[in-house]
Amino acid sequence: MDARETNVSDALAGQDQLAAHRDYLYRFALLHLRDDSRAQDVVQETLLAGMESRSGFSGRAQLRTWLTGILKHKIIDVFRRQSREAPLQTEAEAESEEDFADLYFNPKDRDHWHTFPTTWGNPEKSLEQKRFWEIFDACSKEMPPQIARVFTMRELMGLETDEICKELGITANNCWVMLYRARMNLRQCLETRWFGNSS
Amino acid sequence: MQKLNCKEVSVLLSQTEDRRISLLERLRLRAHLKVCVGCMNFQSQLNFLRRAIRQHPALKDEDE
Repeated sequence: MDARETNVSDALAGQDQLAAHRDYLYRFALLHLRDDSRAQDVVQETLLAGMESRSGFSGRAQLRTWLTGILKHKIIDVFRRQSREAPLQTEAEAESEEDFADLYFNPKDRDHWHTFPTTWGNPEKSLEQKRFWEIFDACSKEMPPQIARVFTMRELMGLETDEICKELGITANNCWVMLYRARMNLRQCLETRWFGNSS
Repeated sequence: MQKLNCKEVSVLLSQTEDRRISLLERLRLRAHLKVCVGCMNFQSQLNFLRRAIRQHPALKDEDE
């Protein structure tokens, strides 16, 4: 083959190579961004970046890791933009500490849960069940946007508080309040709908 | 040592996942958890949630 043919077939092989990762990248992006078209956009950008600076990767796993790294950065870019463009909080996010606490605790002394957390037994078994994850996703969808962003960055991406604050332009305290609300609501939702303790 | 109520404990338990808590906070937490099954369950459940999320099906590499 002459040089031109080599380049074209290289490019085609490259596209195939990258396309093999598209599904995984899309699932990853959708989980983080919770929005189909945004997920598609960042995956497109990631694959494009992959085409442009693809160098010799010794294996699929290495290439996937590299692409996922690019994808994570693009996801954080989206979060940063969204956080700065939508500074007004939703009602749920702006709720005062007292009002939020009233959802879960007796207003008189805050020393009684409205619904006492039961034991979940051996919850690990649930992780193997498709239905559990369907409910988990349904519960996660209820998170207001900014809370979802903070929760995703902390729990899915493993970013530390100060990194999250820097990217989203919030204080550490804001961050902790939002994580608290996310966890309280998610926990209650799962307890009600899966582990079987209706309030 | 001033006792914590359940709401304060829930806030503190959540924060232990994100920052280092002081010795005093740790002692107050432990004192409450010794006598409160609800909050103890809450603590286990928070730990479970943290582990669970990382095993979300969408993160699974089908070739693994």
